[in-house]
Amino acid sequence: MPERDAADGSALQPYWSGVIAFSLVRVPVSLYAAHRRSRPALRLVHDDGTPLSRRYVCPEEGKPLTSDEIVRGYEVEEGSWVIVRDEELDALEPAKSREIDLRRFVPRDALDPVFFERPYVLVPEPGAAKAYLLLARAMEEERRAGVATFVMRGKEYLVAIFADDGVLHAETLRFAAELRAPADLDLPEPALADVHRVAELERAIDGLSADGLDRSLLRDPHAARLSELIEEKLDAGVDVVEARRPEPDEPEVDLAAILRGRLSATAARDGHDTNGQDRDAYAAADAGGRTGRTTTKRAAVTGALMARTKAELYEQAKALDIAGRSAMSKEELARAIRERR
Amino acid sequence: MSARALWRGVVRFAGAEVPVKLYAAVEDRDVHFRLLHEPDEVPVTRELVHPETGEVVPFADAKRGYVTAEGDLVILEPDELDALAPEPSRVIDVVRFTPRGAIDPRWYVRPYYLGPDGEQEAFAALAAALERREREGLARWTMRRRGYLGALRMHRGHLMLITLRSDPAVLADAALAAPADADLDPRELDLARRILETLAAPFEPEAYADTYRQRVLDLIAAKARGEPVRLAPPPERPRFEDLGQALRASLERERPRA
Repeated sequence: MPERDAADGSALQPYWSGVIAFSLVRVPVSLYAAHRRSRPALRLVHDDGTPLSRRYVCPEEGKPLTSDEIVRGYEVEEGSWVIVRDEELDALEPAKSREIDLRRFVPRDALDPVFFERPYVLVPEPGAAKAYLLLARAMEEERRAGVATFVMRGKEYLVAIFADDGVLHAETLRFAAELRAPADLDLPEPALADVHRVAELERAIDGLSADGLDRSLLRDPHAARLSELIEEKLDAGVDVVEARRPEPDEPEVDLAAILRGRLSATAARDGHDTNGQDRDAYAAADAGGRTGRTTTKRAAVTGALMARTKAELYEQAKALDIAGRSAMSKEELARAIRERR
Repeated sequence: MSARALWRGVVRFAGAEVPVKLYAAVEDRDVHFRLLHEPDEVPVTRELVHPETGEVVPFADAKRGYVTAEGDLVILEPDELDALAPEPSRVIDVVRFTPRGAIDPRWYVRPYYLGPDGEQEAFAALAAALERREREGLARWTMRRRGYLGALRMHRGHLMLITLRSDPAVLADAALAAPADADLDPRELDLARRILETLAAPFEPEAYADTYRQRVLDLIAAKARGEPVRLAPPPERPRFEDLGQALRASLERERPRA
């Protein structure tokens, strides 16, 4: 399974990119996991203090592998595999892999949290801020959540999309078939409860009740003990390996910053109306969102170019006066245009 | 079909003690793939390697370390980490009760059903009391030397324990907000709300099924038989000049026909 987020300090990556369809209104977005790995994150290290790298190897040949030597397989019989490629998984439900088509809006309070799986935050693509903010405000005022199914990284999900403070959140939900009914577990019928015992317990519950939740109660004591141990060792200089190179001073990119940038007043005002920009974002989703591998900026740009027809690319190459364009294939045109930018 | 309990514990708070059994409420129905080395279709394995010397280190021999903001590393020995692990216990300690919904469901990880472990009456009394007070409990317990945090609550008449994330980062993200000065056209907002109204529906999770999963299995079966695979192209969608047009066209499309 691909890493859902990088614990190694690399940039925050979206888990999926596509379009929220609200009838004929289209909002290109990226989906980011709302949950980060627990702090403090520990690395696997060598005795000399160097963090270890992970790699895939072929156990038979004993050699390390690059990503293009690796494929996804399903074991149909012992030792017998069927290889399944990203493009094939994508093409099973091409619409659902690229868009979340919100056809139903349910009362926000009707969402049963027993179905909740994972929380995400939606970030609008450049140019989509106006449509995003409008949809969010309408959903908040109507107190409704959009429900749909879509395909993300080779799996179908039921998803609820709702707005809080103008920000769109997504929560993947379990399918009803995945949740066992109590009858399936053969749980005994509830016995009759003794009235006095119930009253006693109610008093005990009241004694421990509060109106709201004190967040300090949610703190992980293990994480706190680990932090203490780390600090003790740092202070005492025990088992500390100093950095050989100073770490580059990169500002930490967090979800709040990304969201602020995309939703800023300038973005909402000056951005083109989303429906026109759809195709590029769509294609960018093709380039990066499916495979689960890290979307690089280059891949996204090339992907966006590849969504155009060869005739369109040729016109663009002509405008840029790219030499040798008449002999180029569609791929070559896309690469040449990208390199010109 | 009687299910097997995953674990046995004792719910405890303010002198009350209710022995319980824990049952998985979720069935994993994923289609499981393995990563293979393409030419010989051998399942790949992972290994740890020193980035400079190329030395392969067995997972069991690797130490754990914490990297500070300055890039220094603190090595943590296995026995030190082991000393931090909580002691084994059967107690599910309920530390607080709150109104239903006070524990944000975005923190939910996995639900488990609870059943009585012997003392059926005590169990029934607990369920009845929680139902009558309309409350949920915040519980802590240890399973397999790992600490857990959970919500103790009723679901459709049955007692459940739902594990929670304790990562403070989730709580921080809950505070995300759009800029207050968003310039929204009131007519467009009105159109959007009206579209929402025409698409209003009750929440019916049973109405949805994972159809994709079956398609994946069908694809695998077809490939196993050596059949060629036809790749469907992405669909064409109508384009609009601007958001206002798209909204008006949407309302037109969704408006129920007289």
